[in-house]
Amino acid sequence: MARAMTFYSTTVGKKVVMAATGVLLVLFLIGHMLGNLQIFIGAERLNAYAHFLKSTGELLWGVRIVMLAAILLHILAAVQITLANWKARPVGYAMKKDIETGYAARTMIVSGPLILLYVIYHLMMFTFLQTPQGLSDTDVYGNVVKAFQQPGISAVYIVAMLVLGFHLYHGIWSMLQTLGINHPKLNRLRRIASAVLAILLAAGYISIPVSVLLGIVH
Amino acid sequence: MKLTLKIWRQESPTDRGRLVSYDMPDAAEDMSFLELLDILNQRLIKKGERPVAFDHDCREGICGSCGFMISGVAHGPQKLTTTCQLFMRQFKDGDTIVAEPFRSRAFPVIKDLVVDRSALDKIVQAGGFISARTGSGPDGNAIPISKKNADLSMDAAACIGCGACVAACPNGSAMLFTAAKISHLGLLPQGQPERKQRALRMVTKMQELGFGACSNHGECEAVCPKGISIDFIARLNRDYMVASALETMEPVKKV
Repeated sequence: MARAMTFYSTTVGKKVVMAATGVLLVLFLIGHMLGNLQIFIGAERLNAYAHFLKSTGELLWGVRIVMLAAILLHILAAVQITLANWKARPVGYAMKKDIETGYAARTMIVSGPLILLYVIYHLMMFTFLQTPQGLSDTDVYGNVVKAFQQPGISAVYIVAMLVLGFHLYHGIWSMLQTLGINHPKLNRLRRIASAVLAILLAAGYISIPVSVLLGIVH
Repeated sequence: MKLTLKIWRQESPTDRGRLVSYDMPDAAEDMSFLELLDILNQRLIKKGERPVAFDHDCREGICGSCGFMISGVAHGPQKLTTTCQLFMRQFKDGDTIVAEPFRSRAFPVIKDLVVDRSALDKIVQAGGFISARTGSGPDGNAIPISKKNADLSMDAAACIGCGACVAACPNGSAMLFTAAKISHLGLLPQGQPERKQRALRMVTKMQELGFGACSNHGECEAVCPKGISIDFIARLNRDYMVASALETMEPVKKV
């Protein structure tokens, strides 16, 4: 335990924790998207899947607790690292040009909290059913259609998924680099794979409200 | 060619400092940046003003002494080049060039463009060494080293410790420097006995000195005059993870 705390005390240790929890979060995003995309198979299939998830009981709670812990650690490490980084340059430059870094990388500390706000809103709506749409406890398919038929909800969802895409575009490759997963022959591929996965995830999630709005899913 | 220089002037570590404009109506394309400053300084001395302080030594791009921010980029716009090897032909007639010191909490400004980079030496002192017997050099090829590792080690050892990586990093992190130092020893057999302790000691020291974290922006690699790759940062991360799992940091034994 003492060694784990010493490990975490350095910036490299914090980054490794952020990357490792990032791996869990990305795996969750992939799984969650594959689950959601069953909406295109039909109402029965999606509702059966939702019922199956709820029937796993302890297992579902196990996954939820792991995800919650991952989110909390991810946020803790991110906040501590960002504060340390701000302190590391007390006097800024009159003129500074970015050469290699980009918008996504520079705004991780903005996209992160936006995603957190969205996740809270999303859980309130679809998991705890605390929003005023009158959503059902069993008809997940109907809930999704009912919610996304309101353009406001769809818009929030689509914007949130675009922000998520930006976060992942830098986050996935950064996660691999921090965990030391690199090879001279694979390094270019690493950047491309991160971009592709970020686009696939964002597009996969966004396809659902778009399909509802267009009346493809009803 | 006619150039305008905006140079950071700061009397002392405690002075607030400010950018001061200087007209250089007769700059030549074949002057290096430091030669341009030499000429400016001659004029300032003749006028009885204090010359601009800047670090320099070899002026061949190999010692790592010189370096400041030139219009927002460490060592200026030419890639793989130190400030002393940056020539005025990289600029256009009429350009305004801003020269500022490298900025980091661990690099306090001493005067004008001169910063105290001894924090980098402290990182090396913490673990950037091997304990080997002294005396005459070993026989060539007595210790077999693969071509691949010899080349990679040499790539890392090309680091001249100028501090441009820290200056360019949005987080003021010294990860590229530390990664280069950890890697050039860690890739060779002589570096193996202390490899884990080295990773623990150097990363911990970097933290203590107030450098920021690596956010994988890649700005460091882009400005490095020796082209040190951020692949070495991934290697540092691996070494640090393995070392943390297997060993606890021990203080350096004084002999």
